[in-house]
Amino acid sequence: MSYRFDWSVLWSGPSGSWLLQGLVTTLQISGAGLALAIVLGIASGALRTATASPLRWLASAYVEFFRNVPLLVWMFFWYFGVPPLLPQTIQDWLLDRGVESWAGIFALGVYHGARFSEVMRAGIQSIPKTQLEAALSTGLSRVQAYRWIILPIALRLIVPPATNETVNLLKNSSVALTIGVAELTFQTRQIETYTAKAFEALIAGTLIYLLLCLVVSLFFGYIERRVAIPGLFVQRRLEEA
Amino acid sequence: MDFQVITDNFSFLIVQGLFGIGAFAGGTLRLAGPAIVLGFTLGTGIGLARLSSRPGLSLAAKIYIDFFRGVPLVMVIFWFWFIVPALAGRSLSEYVVALAAFVIFEAAYLAEIVRAGILSVPRGQVEAATASGLRHGQVMRFVVLPQALRNMIPALVTQFIVLLKDTSLASIIGYVDLTKAAQIVNNREIRPFEIYLFIAAIYWLCSYSMSLYARRLERNLAAP
Repeated sequence: MSYRFDWSVLWSGPSGSWLLQGLVTTLQISGAGLALAIVLGIASGALRTATASPLRWLASAYVEFFRNVPLLVWMFFWYFGVPPLLPQTIQDWLLDRGVESWAGIFALGVYHGARFSEVMRAGIQSIPKTQLEAALSTGLSRVQAYRWIILPIALRLIVPPATNETVNLLKNSSVALTIGVAELTFQTRQIETYTAKAFEALIAGTLIYLLLCLVVSLFFGYIERRVAIPGLFVQRRLEEA
Repeated sequence: MDFQVITDNFSFLIVQGLFGIGAFAGGTLRLAGPAIVLGFTLGTGIGLARLSSRPGLSLAAKIYIDFFRGVPLVMVIFWFWFIVPALAGRSLSEYVVALAAFVIFEAAYLAEIVRAGILSVPRGQVEAATASGLRHGQVMRFVVLPQALRNMIPALVTQFIVLLKDTSLASIIGYVDLTKAAQIVNNREIRPFEIYLFIAAIYWLCSYSMSLYARRLERNLAAP
């Protein structure tokens, strides 16, 4: 192999600022996508354990459809397919602000929301039924029981699988390069295109991703220790499942 | 909305895009099938290495798994797209690049599933098999792996479905799979909503039938 490494391409010229911009964009769309995914995941995960069957059915349909189709297809769907159907004023508003970031955030959020939903459902189902029964017998309505008793416990139980999903979402944000979002992988490719130094660019991008995943895991590990419910047996059951 | 565009291009999308029969060397299933078989083979090897009593081998497997689980698949595909030709000194087809990237990437995930499956087999089984005179390889081959495989089926099929969906990313290096075929059709017809919704439905059918089959398999193989 006669490849000559030249690491200076990463700081001479605009490469460094490209990588930084890419990192910021990756964090932005991942963060916004994560927020959307968590909201959708909690709502649909809770509805899947509901007693009213139309609601349960609706939530299941959402999860089964979005989870079983590639994220890339959803990227194209939200980017190419949906905007032309929106009213003109919203289209203009989106065009001003970059349709691709919004499409990327929606694709990530809705797709991962369906995956979070499964995590949430498993968390709720691992709580003993008596917990809900006790809450209802104290006079809480079903919605109140979920809001004040079931969801808070479930959220504290699902931190480990939620960590996995968050890391997955972060990595999947790279798929947004296909619709032109200038995130980290996009910028890595741009450096490769401009400098013809594939190894250096890809190694730099790869290391940043590894570092990001490590930071997310450490952060969630800290959260996990903070919110763990000491001695609650359902925790053990969830790990066994 | 006008679904005429789907009926007009149905054979290109399905025959070329999904099955890979036609003018382009492509096809989602032609990529996903071998990737599943080879990825599972490599994943089993790495999963066994991870459980090996030799610390060097176990550490190497751990590094492999942790590395690929921390990197996006898109990045790995670019790795192979730019670097394998540089190392090999000649360009490779999209099919080979995509297949290699998927096998090596997914093996890291499959290895974890294999490891968990093997650990789920009770120790007493190994001890009983060893006591009956089987060698280590035989214990693995005839006692541990069959039981582990049964325990792994749900996780394994979930991962195979993930792999099937991930093959859509091969389109970014120009491999003509179902997603790329949809892009080609869309460039001509400009009916993105209908076309992408249609291929979403096709992917869904493939994934869902896999999970239905897995459920049946699980029932049939359940220990009495």
